[in-house]
Amino acid sequence: MSPPIDHSLLDPPRLPFEPLLQRNAVITEQPWVRWLLTTAALAFLMVFLLLPLVSVFTEALRGGFKLYWESLKTPDALAAIRLTLTVAAIAVPLNLVFGVAAAWAVTKFEFRGKLFLITLIDLPFSVSPVVSGLIYVLMFGAQGWFGPWLAAHDIHIIFAVPGIVLATMFVTFPFIARELIPLMQEQGTDDEQAALSLGANGWQAFWHVTVPNIKWGLLYGVLLCNARAMGEFGAVSVVSGHIRGETNTMPLHVEILYNEYNFVAAFAVASLLAGLALITLALKSLLEARHGAELSASHRH
Amino acid sequence: MPPTKHPSPSRSPIPGFGLTLGYTMIYLSLIVLVPLAGVFVKAAGLGLDGLWPILGSPRVLSALKLSFGTALIAAAINLVFGMLVAWVFVRYEFPGKRLFDATIDLPFALPTAVAGIALTALYAGNGWVGQFLEPLGIKVAFAPLGIVVALTFIGLPFVVRTVEPVLRDAEKELEEAAASLGATRWQTVRRVVFPAILPALLTGFALAFARGVGEYGSVIFIAGNLPHVSEIAPLLIVIKLEEYGYAGATAVAAAMLVISFALLLVINALQAWTNRYRTQRHVEPALPHPVLQGAGA
Repeated sequence: MSPPIDHSLLDPPRLPFEPLLQRNAVITEQPWVRWLLTTAALAFLMVFLLLPLVSVFTEALRGGFKLYWESLKTPDALAAIRLTLTVAAIAVPLNLVFGVAAAWAVTKFEFRGKLFLITLIDLPFSVSPVVSGLIYVLMFGAQGWFGPWLAAHDIHIIFAVPGIVLATMFVTFPFIARELIPLMQEQGTDDEQAALSLGANGWQAFWHVTVPNIKWGLLYGVLLCNARAMGEFGAVSVVSGHIRGETNTMPLHVEILYNEYNFVAAFAVASLLAGLALITLALKSLLEARHGAELSASHRH
Repeated sequence: MPPTKHPSPSRSPIPGFGLTLGYTMIYLSLIVLVPLAGVFVKAAGLGLDGLWPILGSPRVLSALKLSFGTALIAAAINLVFGMLVAWVFVRYEFPGKRLFDATIDLPFALPTAVAGIALTALYAGNGWVGQFLEPLGIKVAFAPLGIVVALTFIGLPFVVRTVEPVLRDAEKELEEAAASLGATRWQTVRRVVFPAILPALLTGFALAFARGVGEYGSVIFIAGNLPHVSEIAPLLIVIKLEEYGYAGATAVAAAMLVISFALLLVINALQAWTNRYRTQRHVEPALPHPVLQGAGA
């Protein structure tokens, strides 16, 4: 052990490092209190968060690997996986373009009603998923505003793939904008102004200056947006019609299998979604650890 | 917000104001605003005479009561344990901290249908947890208690992630001052630390509550869904819709939307309170809540 350093004698005088403050005896608890609180917190996390996760995989493998594999290879399960990937592949890029446009408008300019606009962008987060689905049924369903017109032109939105895409777009609407707005707010407009003053046009400034500045934040937003898009249940369940092999996404397929008491198959499909969640969490932690400085302040550790 | 740099967007040297704002407004209107307004137009079309019999019916009332009651209890549980978890993760070091920290966000990332069937399997009479509770006469799965368990799972990260940054930024010098003036550790925590994190705690509580009221996927598997007993309001909307009771579904949805928007105002006010406290102390203001997000509700 090196002797303690008197930081005030250093030139220039320095405050003690943060860890020293953290171990300062007067502002922490007795060891037994610390131990008790830590144990209680970790026990709560294990019972309430980790146990459900573990049970997904054990239930899925209850009948062995062969049965697990067989349940994933059924045509209905494969169709559900394909549909989930398709829906995410449409909804996420659309919300990506919107998120970038909204963040550009909100952070590079000053205008009246900006805070109100941000609140409106956030609205889908506070709407119940079931209501998020219902609003499209009221618009495009058989008895909806546009129902008769759509029926006359043989266009199917509700109980078809377009409805699922719309509902998914609604519930994942704010994710990317929400991630980019605080980040671009912090970055300001100096970099873009410098590029413009050096003769770049608007697009060049965007592609060569803004995009490199926000790329990690963008990826972070896309990651969360995608996780929600692939996992959405309530909103999609209302508009899908649950047609096997056609309008069944993975979460909906889990429900159908579960309600048929086909538990192994239900948990097998669920385990794929749980795997997606784990990958999302791992990438998210990695981004926070590696590129924390290039994410919005709320995600820095 | 930084001070206004450009008095008028048209005089800003940065291009693209019209394009990006125009696109934002059109996309926002088409996907969010017009469909949401549709619910209110449809509900208004029913008139008060049409709305009251639906909203006042015993089944709807007990569903709303159940949704609010269970969300309130779950948010209260998360208030206590969320604060405990945030405290332990900010103040203490222990092995595996990083890994545990990542799992706190699990409810945001795990699709709710998956959470629903997993919790049901755990708390059913023959499940890992249920087999110990059943002999004690505690029935969790297929009972209102199961709804509380599901909503506790869903709501935990809201409290933890709202309290953590405030707790991290809290000035330790204040605690040292309290200690040097003779306060016991418990007095310092109660009188100095707790008031500082109270606004954030309440914000997290409100966020968890708001999420719980509308939650569907994780609840319907574990609830049992008996009318008047364990049938939540969002499920009632689905049932009415399946019976082609569009009017009924719209009425319940409009009621839930009004309540959600009221909650949103409360949350915004609480966040403003949190930020005011933080800016007073020269800390970067917490931006409007970053993680009102979740996978597959």
